[in-house]
Amino acid sequence: MMETLRTVITANGLITAFAVVGITVWLSYVMSKYLTAGRIHGSAIAIILGLAAAYWAGMVTGGSRGVADIGLLAGIGLMGGGMMRDFGIVSTAFGVHLSELKKAGMVGVISIFAGVVVSFVVGGLIAVAFGYTDAESITTIGAGAVTYIVGPVTGTAIGASSEVIAISVAAGVVKSIVVMIGTPMVAKYIGLNNPQSAMVFGGLMGTTSGVAGGLAATDPRLVPYGAMTATFYTGIGCLMGPSILYFIVRAIA
Amino acid sequence: MIIYGVALLSACLLAGLFIGELLGQLLGVQANVGGVGIAMLLLVLASGSDHFKPLMTGASGSGIHFWSGMYIPIVVAMAASQNVVAAVGGGMLALLAGVAAVVVSFALVPVLSRIGPQSEPLPPLNAPTTSNSKAGA
Repeated sequence: MMETLRTVITANGLITAFAVVGITVWLSYVMSKYLTAGRIHGSAIAIILGLAAAYWAGMVTGGSRGVADIGLLAGIGLMGGGMMRDFGIVSTAFGVHLSELKKAGMVGVISIFAGVVVSFVVGGLIAVAFGYTDAESITTIGAGAVTYIVGPVTGTAIGASSEVIAISVAAGVVKSIVVMIGTPMVAKYIGLNNPQSAMVFGGLMGTTSGVAGGLAATDPRLVPYGAMTATFYTGIGCLMGPSILYFIVRAIA
Repeated sequence: MIIYGVALLSACLLAGLFIGELLGQLLGVQANVGGVGIAMLLLVLASGSDHFKPLMTGASGSGIHFWSGMYIPIVVAMAASQNVVAAVGGGMLALLAGVAAVVVSFALVPVLSRIGPQSEPLPPLNAPTTSNSKAGA
C-alpha cells in the first residue's frame, strides 16, 4: 500500500508540489498570525521554510536543487523552476500602469547600471581582502556578487580557475537568499513602498529570484515593478563583466 | 474563455524571451537580456489596448489573475529548490561578498529613489505587512 502511494505521488509530481506548497503556505500564514501576531508576513515565513527545507534536503541528498532532489518532491523543482517563475512574474504585470513605468523608466535604467557596478566593486574588494591579486579571480568573484549567473559566465569567458568560479556562484546564491529574507525586514527603512522605489530596488539588486521572493514577502503589489528592472540586470552584468569591468580590473591589478 | 487569457500570457512570455535571446546574441552575451521584462511590457501594452480587451476581461482575465495568484506559491517552490547548502558552504569569502553586495545595494535604494518624478506610496494592504511604512521614498 505504501508502495502504491509512493507511485501515485511520484507519478504526479507537479500535483504533489501544488499540495505540498499549499500546505506550507497555509502553515506559514497560521504561524504568522499566532506566533508573530502578523508582524512577519506569511509569505516571508513560507519562503524561509522553503529555504530551510532546501538546506535540509541538500544535506541529506548531496544534490544542488534543494527538495527537488528528493524523488517524492521532484515536482517542486518544476513548479519553482525558471519556466513557472517567469510565467508567474509576467502575470503580475497584469494591472500595472504604463504611466508608473514611464515615470521611473530613467531612474530604473540608472539603477541597473549602478547596481551591477556597485555589487561588482564590493565583491571584487572582498576578493582582494582575501588575498586574491590576479585580475581574473577578482573579476570573477566580483561578477559573482552581481548574480550567480554573471559569475560563471564571466569566469568562463576570461579563464578563471574552477575553484574561483565555484566561489562566485556561491556568492551569487548567498546574495539571492539574503535579498529574499532581508527585503521585508529593511523595506520600511529604505522607503520600499511605492512603484518607483520598487523599480530602483529591482535594478540595484538584480537577482531575479531574490527580488521575486523579497518583494513577494514585502508587498506583492510591488513585484511587477521590481521584476521589470531586475530581469535586465543579469544580461547587462554578463555584458559588462567579461568586458569593461574586466579591463578596468586588469588595468588596476 | 479562461484559456484565452492564459494563451495571451504565454504569447507575451514567449515573445519577450525570444526578443531577449535575440538581444543577447546581438550584444554577444550568453544570457537572455530582459526577456521577462519585455514580456511584462507587452502584457501592460496589451492591457491598455482595445484590441485585447476581450482577452483581459471576464473569464479570460481570470486566466491571468489565476497565475498572478499562484505567484507566491511558485516563489515558495523556487526557494525550496535553491542550492542553500552551497551558499552556506561556499566559505567566508562567498558569504561576505554576497552579504556585503546586498547591504550596500539596500543602502542605495533611498538614494537613487530620489531621482526623477516621485510616485505615491501604495495604500496599506488589508493584511498587516512590514511594508506599510509612513516614510516616503
